[in-house]
Amino acid sequence: MLRYIIRRILYAIPILIGVNLITFFLFFIVNTPDDMARMQLGVKRVTPEAIERWKAERGYDRPVAWNAAEQGMAKLTNTIFFDHSVRLFAFDFGAAESDGRDIGHEISTRMWPSLAIALPVFVVGLLAYVSFALLLVFFRATALDTAGVVMCVIAMSISGMFYIIGGQYVVSKLWNLVPISGFGDGLSAWRFLVLPVVVGLAHGLGESGRWYRTIFLEEINRDYVRTARAKGLRESRVLFRHVLRNGLIPILTGVVVAIPSLFIGSLVTESFFGIPGLGSYTIEAINSQDFAVVRSMVFLGSLLYIIGLILTDISYTLADPRIRFD
Amino acid sequence: MLPFKPILLWTDMLVLLLIAAVIAFVVRARQHEHLRAPWRKVARSTGGMIAAPVLLAFLAIGFLDSLHFQRGTPPEKGQTDMRYGPDVLSVLDILVEHLRIHQERSFSAPFATHAHSRETITRPDGSQVRDFPRLRHGGSHLVDPETDRAADIGRRLLRAVGISAVLGVLVSVAVVGTYARRRGLSFDGALGAMRDGDVDLPIGPMLVSTLLLITTFTMLFALSGVYHVFGTDKVGQDVFYLTLKSIRTALVIGTATTLVMLPFAVTLGMLAGYFRGRVDDAIQYLYTTLSSIPDVLLIAAAVLMMQVYMDTHPEIFDSVTRRADFRLTFLCIILGVTSWTGLCRLLRGETLKLREQEYVLAAQAFGVSHFRILLRHILPNVFHLVIITTVLKFSGLVLAEAVLSYVGVGVDPAMNSFGTMINSARLEMAREPIVWWSLAAAFAFMLLLVLSANLFADAVRDAFDPRIRPVRRGPRVKRSGVAPARRAAEAA
Repeated sequence: MLRYIIRRILYAIPILIGVNLITFFLFFIVNTPDDMARMQLGVKRVTPEAIERWKAERGYDRPVAWNAAEQGMAKLTNTIFFDHSVRLFAFDFGAAESDGRDIGHEISTRMWPSLAIALPVFVVGLLAYVSFALLLVFFRATALDTAGVVMCVIAMSISGMFYIIGGQYVVSKLWNLVPISGFGDGLSAWRFLVLPVVVGLAHGLGESGRWYRTIFLEEINRDYVRTARAKGLRESRVLFRHVLRNGLIPILTGVVVAIPSLFIGSLVTESFFGIPGLGSYTIEAINSQDFAVVRSMVFLGSLLYIIGLILTDISYTLADPRIRFD
Repeated sequence: MLPFKPILLWTDMLVLLLIAAVIAFVVRARQHEHLRAPWRKVARSTGGMIAAPVLLAFLAIGFLDSLHFQRGTPPEKGQTDMRYGPDVLSVLDILVEHLRIHQERSFSAPFATHAHSRETITRPDGSQVRDFPRLRHGGSHLVDPETDRAADIGRRLLRAVGISAVLGVLVSVAVVGTYARRRGLSFDGALGAMRDGDVDLPIGPMLVSTLLLITTFTMLFALSGVYHVFGTDKVGQDVFYLTLKSIRTALVIGTATTLVMLPFAVTLGMLAGYFRGRVDDAIQYLYTTLSSIPDVLLIAAAVLMMQVYMDTHPEIFDSVTRRADFRLTFLCIILGVTSWTGLCRLLRGETLKLREQEYVLAAQAFGVSHFRILLRHILPNVFHLVIITTVLKFSGLVLAEAVLSYVGVGVDPAMNSFGTMINSARLEMAREPIVWWSLAAAFAFMLLLVLSANLFADAVRDAFDPRIRPVRRGPRVKRSGVAPARRAAEAA
């Protein structure tokens, strides 16, 4: 097991290098630093001196990948590629282009509000959707089941933004239960977190509920289920013990596949609700065209996704003792 | 000399290419029974047939909106050349011209006759009051809006119902008649068969959905001539017009993206599965790397870079329309680049299995070239996966457009789309009284489009996935294969 995990981590390195090369290509080869400077400073009236100053402040005035003017290792290290791409591997993200603040520090403070929303949505969502799907399976081929599926299909056809707008309007504006947006320190933040979490849960119900139902229905006619029924187990026990455990494998795969899209969700949710997390950080960076921040987030996002994939494999062995990686 | 000059935008070309591909596919499918069979199964599914008329209506609107031209004015004396106006219009713009030119000054509610907010009005006697001014077009034919409006709307609705009843009867007769001829029944016989439930196609549900569609659209158009049925937005544009224009954007993103994605996914997936070894390693590395970057971030990075390019090269984009169109094309391309990996992985796996089949081994033994084997023996046998993924991806892409536009990396702000509509309407939520109609219109049309796309996609998936056995009433049949296809689509 340990050997397998080490091997997986080693596999991740070339992928991260690839991600790094892609972002480097996008940000420094497709457009030159001159273009970016002109964009940031305003296209029309910009002097060559201003462009040079902008580039020098951010370290973009050096050669791209090979600095012939330097000695020894500095030929490689005193370049744009080394300073802005290779350093990411050491989690040295550098400073934001717009306000010069340290990106690594921003990330380490802003990840907590993001987690405060994403984690409850993830955990409660998994439990709620699985229970909902099992309930539909329990009442399979009845009107309740049909109604549930129809509701799921309609729910998954509604854009996530409408859940947010609708939630804010009804819960915050009409009922005045929680603030529309904002964030507080420490435990007082809960009032701001309730609505985003509830909206996040409601948004996922249609898609996940229906999908899990399909997975459980696949299991329900297997031989072991028939055996369990034949030996006189109650239907609820058959479902919650036998079917659930066997249906968990495809669900685990899907849950981790959905982690990057959780990131999308939090991008929109955080900016709608004014939560100072990584999602709203990214949106601010996109709007202020802060390339350094976007670059760092791409790297961080890929890293998290790869970690997620490794975790999936480990979770397999926990969910199904038959799976061995040796 | 033509009174107009046709304009072919980049996305128009994609649309035409797509239509050509669909026609080619249909012609081919008609000649081969094994290709026709799954589509016949789609035609038998109730959900699919309820969705089909709605989708067709959307496609028709999108197509009309893709035929662009510039209006010309005849040459003046002493000149020989036509002079063309700066606006790039579409056939749809002409059909609903009244919607386009009925512009108010600012917000107005659906069916309103007065503006949404007070303005200073100068009375005929010179005194000034702050009141809600009458709209320039919305209900401007009414003498006394307070008393006349309800009756006027009622009258117009009644007329619309009359027209749609006539249309509905015509359509129903045509559909039932065609069906009767195909089954060799008399018209009455076909009606009787439908009543008894002895039909192999869900004609009833399909007709109901068609009739509802006809009625809704007739009503909307009957009322939109003199009212703003969905109100007007901040700059006074009719929201119904904006909604109609948004349909093309949604369809282009949902379909053209697939067109961009398919060559990558199909070629690389089959190559990786067929040749294995080094080729497989390289391709696997490529798609693992690409798919490990969160989609929205990769799209954001690419769109930002494109913006830099567009801003530093303003001379290439001579008009707002072309600029917006270039951005839409680019968005399709980048969405395609980020979304081919799922299908590629799926095709690789399927090809790995197929290459061990006897007929492929036989072809290899006969010395058939690798290229021909891939084209003649592998491709037709993985094509169902291509169709399923294409159809399943559509609704996700339509929904993604709204999110991307909100994030600021979607379509150009000058382009009409559901995303830009939601985005601008969202900012007006804080107004008192609340401006809800743009959101409601975007919500309704998006839900209709995505819901029917989802229903149709389910029907297509059920028909094409060979792992799904026919579902009959009685004991439940194992439906394995639903999840893998769905998962693949989600992963992609």
